[in-house]
Amino acid sequence: MIADVNTIAVYALREALRRKVLIVVLILTGAFLALYGWGTAETFDAVTARPDEPLVREQTVVGATLLGLAMFVTLFLGTVLAVFLTLNAVRGDAERGLLQPLVVRPMGRVSLLLGRFFAAATVCGGYVLLVYGIAVLLTGTLGDFTPDDIVGPGIALAAAVVVVVGVALLGSTVLSATANGIAVFMVFGAGLAAGLMGQIGEALNSDALEDIASIAAWVLPFEALYQQALHFLTDSTQNFERVIVTLGPFGGARDGGPLLWPWAVAYLAMVWAAAAWRFGRMDL
Amino acid sequence: MAATAPALSVAGVRKRFGRTSALNGVDLEVQPGQLVGLLGPNGAGKSTLTKIACGLVRPSDGAVRIAGHPAGSAAARAVTGYLAELFRFPGWASADEVLQLHQRLARSPGDDGERAELLARVGLSEARHRRVEEMSKGMQQRLGIAQALIGSPRLVLLDEPTSALDPAGRRLVRDLLVDLRGRGVAVLLNSHLLGEVEQVCDHVTIIARGTTVASGTPPDLARPGGVEIETEGGTQHFPDATREQVPDLVAQLVGAGERIYDVRVVTGTLEEAYLEAVAEPQP
Repeated sequence: MIADVNTIAVYALREALRRKVLIVVLILTGAFLALYGWGTAETFDAVTARPDEPLVREQTVVGATLLGLAMFVTLFLGTVLAVFLTLNAVRGDAERGLLQPLVVRPMGRVSLLLGRFFAAATVCGGYVLLVYGIAVLLTGTLGDFTPDDIVGPGIALAAAVVVVVGVALLGSTVLSATANGIAVFMVFGAGLAAGLMGQIGEALNSDALEDIASIAAWVLPFEALYQQALHFLTDSTQNFERVIVTLGPFGGARDGGPLLWPWAVAYLAMVWAAAAWRFGRMDL
Repeated sequence: MAATAPALSVAGVRKRFGRTSALNGVDLEVQPGQLVGLLGPNGAGKSTLTKIACGLVRPSDGAVRIAGHPAGSAAARAVTGYLAELFRFPGWASADEVLQLHQRLARSPGDDGERAELLARVGLSEARHRRVEEMSKGMQQRLGIAQALIGSPRLVLLDEPTSALDPAGRRLVRDLLVDLRGRGVAVLLNSHLLGEVEQVCDHVTIIARGTTVASGTPPDLARPGGVEIETEGGTQHFPDATREQVPDLVAQLVGAGERIYDVRVVTGTLEEAYLEAVAEPQP
């Protein structure tokens, strides 16, 4: 089974390379990182020219905010990649006649699904870690800001994208390619909206809004993981500085607590089991 | 048990898609080295039956076994080669890469040599490193046939294998089928081309409205049409006569003073038998 999963994973990776999906994403990523580096250098130049405020370390506020922005873009690009690598994995490929010659082979449907999942998870997770790492490097080099926890935010971001891969794979067993792509982006958007709602709730001191946002983030744990990543980033800030930093533009930082990681793993397992069950019962 | 079992055994298979009944109890058997043609009008259930045999579709009822193994099981899939009616290979892959992928998935012990041999058998040696997206539809169909033969399967299920092929390609496939039969491989050929089926198949099963409506060898199905004898006075037709009665008929006519110029044993065609079998029953 491992050999079959490996064969399918390699096949999926080659497909991504040959179809130039990765190259397009890498070009876009290069453009983003170049702009990010430029913007970071300009912003920090402006900050260092001003005298320090007594309660706020401006470099920390600017650095954390910019890196938070980079993390949002990284999550978004990672999600784009995840969706494009998995949106047609089952029904889309079945409708095009690509799946049938593979499924009739002895490996079975579970191996095929696992292979597609591991390929997409490896590419997307690796991509997110790489882009996040470069963003941290740029922020540290050009802006003289390095988060206290460098590894935590990257891992949480990569995990968030892997959850998106699982959701997109499940969607591909139910929806055709285009419908699945639209659905996954809408789910992704719903998660972000929940994050923003939580920030508004926090600013307005509304428990109801915060509760709704919290429930939504746990139903869509990629959002909770993203909030956790932001939390790792801003954990070292204090007082007024912390208030400013956590009110970032693309969803607030929030500590998911000790249950977040087990829940994310269980969620992924449930999503994956549902995809395998659905695929196993499909007439092709 | 598996060694002596039929290559394909279909017993009382039914399949419903929602309210639509695609198969209403089909029986079929293909023995090792036998070439069976599956005929039927559009929507008769031929492709559904083929897909059930290779595990793509689950039957609602009935049993399908491949060399003694339940259809869809890993053991059954390991001895089956399949060419779908509507299939596609990734456009970015070369012919060689497609076969290599299927070799791995089929756990074929064959290596580079198997791929070269299969491509040669379907006339694609020159296109070995050509990408699928650069191939014509006919070339892709030939590649599909080569893919179905990866790993030397004991049963080959071909769903309209010649639909995109030119006459030379069809001849190539016919020769290939005869060759497979010679090697003891069982073949189920799903086709609309009656002439092709008549030429190569040992046995023909016709299904319509989800059930088997006729089954037998092509000569059995093609009904006898009597004997025609051309004499000096014109053509005389004996509609109920058989080939065995020809000497007696000729002797009678000669005894009666007729001069015989030609004798023809008239047989119906498979096409006539097919059209009769699939005709809607009159109310």
